[in-house]
Amino acid sequence: MMAGRFETLLQVENLTMRFGGLVAVRDLSFSVGRGQITALIGPNGAGKTTVFNCLTGFYKPTSGRIALVRDASDPAAAIAALTNSPRRHTRSRSTEVYLLERMGDSEITAKARVARTFQNIRLFQGMTVLENLIVAQHNALNLASGYSLLGLVGAKSFRAAERRAVDLASYWLDKIGLLARADDAAGELPYGDQRRLEIARAMCTSPVLLCLDEPAAGLNPRESGDLKELVLDIREETGTSVLLIEHDMSVVMDISDHVIVLEHGVKISDGTPAQVRDCPKVIAAYLGVEDEEVVVAEAEIGK
Amino acid sequence: MTGRGDRREPALDGGSAGVLTALKDATLLALLTFGLSFPIVAFNTRQDLTQGLVLEARWDLVATACAVVFLARFVWTLFGPTFWRGGNAVVQRAASLVRATGISVDHVRWFGLAVLVTYPFLAVWVTGPGGAIKWIDNFGIQILIYVMLGWGLNIVVGLAGLLDLGYVAFYAVGAYSAALLSTTFGFSFWLCLPLAGIFAAFWGILLGFPVLRLRGDYLAIVTLAFGEIIRLVLINWVEVTGGAAGISSIPRPSFFGIPFDASPDGFAATFGLDFSPLHRLFFLFYLILAMALLTNWITVRLRRLPIGRAWEALREDEIACRSLGIDTVTTKLTAFSIGAMFGGFAGAFFAARLGFISPKSFEFMESAVILAIVVLGGMGSQIGVAIAAVVMIGGTEILRELGFLKAIFGPTFDPAQYRLILFGLGMVAMMVWRPRGLISKREPSISLGAHKAISGVHVKEGHG
Repeated sequence: MMAGRFETLLQVENLTMRFGGLVAVRDLSFSVGRGQITALIGPNGAGKTTVFNCLTGFYKPTSGRIALVRDASDPAAAIAALTNSPRRHTRSRSTEVYLLERMGDSEITAKARVARTFQNIRLFQGMTVLENLIVAQHNALNLASGYSLLGLVGAKSFRAAERRAVDLASYWLDKIGLLARADDAAGELPYGDQRRLEIARAMCTSPVLLCLDEPAAGLNPRESGDLKELVLDIREETGTSVLLIEHDMSVVMDISDHVIVLEHGVKISDGTPAQVRDCPKVIAAYLGVEDEEVVVAEAEIGK
Repeated sequence: MTGRGDRREPALDGGSAGVLTALKDATLLALLTFGLSFPIVAFNTRQDLTQGLVLEARWDLVATACAVVFLARFVWTLFGPTFWRGGNAVVQRAASLVRATGISVDHVRWFGLAVLVTYPFLAVWVTGPGGAIKWIDNFGIQILIYVMLGWGLNIVVGLAGLLDLGYVAFYAVGAYSAALLSTTFGFSFWLCLPLAGIFAAFWGILLGFPVLRLRGDYLAIVTLAFGEIIRLVLINWVEVTGGAAGISSIPRPSFFGIPFDASPDGFAATFGLDFSPLHRLFFLFYLILAMALLTNWITVRLRRLPIGRAWEALREDEIACRSLGIDTVTTKLTAFSIGAMFGGFAGAFFAARLGFISPKSFEFMESAVILAIVVLGGMGSQIGVAIAAVVMIGGTEILRELGFLKAIFGPTFDPAQYRLILFGLGMVAMMVWRPRGLISKREPSISLGAHKAISGVHVKEGHG
């Protein structure tokens, strides 16, 4: 890897996810670099979303280790020490390591700060755009409201916290160009806006790792262009690392620093976009083995 | 005249085809009615004096039923669509008239509050001290209990979207804990009231734990079973609850230590008034009004706090909630326990008001009525729930007042017996014209600019 600059945020080792007799992900190892945009690609049914669900705690992996290192002078030693202890995370001044496979879904977002979006958009459709972003800041606000007690009597500290939450929401609404529609129901928004709103909502949880599940699905070329800019902007402004699943090769090749290719739950390639694009195994597996198809595929990925 | 048949037939055929189709349709339906009523209605078994079974034929009834169905269907097929459009037009017209007068939900709210506060005095003024007892007790207090129960259940069903068919269990827990505490330990009403709420909240959490992972039909069935379990325990645990006989002579609430009786230390004597049973009723009325308003105030406040938003988010999409780091376990448990707590308060009041409770008051029908109030009112809408409670409970009581109908339908006619039919009709009408309840719009809990109500179309009903 690029010497020096590459620092691992998330390290997945020997991840296996079995559903009864079906092995959706087999012995998968990869890493996500801090401040990088990493893409997870592969044909339909390759197990990409399963990997996401394991990372974000929606599935409990059958075996394997998923370590998120937010801060550690010696990451390898910190991970090893935590693995040998029964704890789920180490949080001290100099070391902050989480073992995601031991944690539950809401805990992962709340503590390890991994946020995600969904393949089929999951907004709170009957709530306003602003409310969606305020709900995303629930944990901080709930604490500020003294678990509702301070909030019930209208304490000043809570009102200040709520103003800050609205400010953060406005910041992200401005970024995705939806500030003018803040008070409309999320379900009223056009599809592309809903996709961007879901990303903004995930960002309102102040994540260190943002997992996007097919963010460009169903977007027209102009919208997917906007999306690329948004993802790059997120990385630039907040330093958030991004892991994305995507079928739109123009998005993957343009913005990612690092691409991992899955097929039938097994990793078949891992490297920079250029390396992956040239990998014959990827071309064959991802798009079929016929020569004509390879040509078509190469044209599609812009070679 | 445009019958339904006209649209099916080629347009040139005109009215006669409509009449023919209507005749055919009506005949078919009359035959169907005959088929249905033939075994069930046509024969009636009766025991005669020798204890033998006698079979009675009631062909006149069958003939009447068939004739009624035939006529109704015939008229409906011919004039139904016109009538339907007319009805819709009238509804729209009424809606636009209401809009034109500039009356908003806010006005309704303040007007309703003003009526509630002055209600006992109005009742005395209109019907006199004798007649007012019924109006304050059966209408005022009764309705307010259901308003409070509706608001409590609204937290669980309307906000958090968790379908609870056993809400009456918490009402029962509140009533029985208040009754037992006061009869066994001699606790005063003012001590029993918060304790009853705490006990009910505790049982709410207890119910919450096993149903955390359940959704939809499964959640409904388990909560239904929970309601029945509580009732059966109340019936069968005779040593403690008195079984089916219930608990009687529960101390009545006092006016901060001053009893409502004719004694020299009583309320009337203390304040230099003539003794009247109305004093107690006035007190009870304002007590339940205050309790209901407190419920409302807390609910409205909670809705604008993170916990309330989390409830609504849970109703909209539980998976998304989890992906945002919201602890759905505590969110659900708080909804269950706070909803149950208000049910418990209402139960304690119920026990103190009547001085007598028995498992009869806590049957499934009560849960169904409270749920119907929430659903008819518009899930999540406080004012809608209040209006629905007035209509449903007030309507039931009004039926008892329609004694004059006996003059028309004969002395055995009892309008109160038609309560459920009217409920059913009301529900069907609501589902046709206002499927999302009386108030289907949702008020946002926070906004950047002006508050805009959200159309009910986008609001989810919850999945559990």
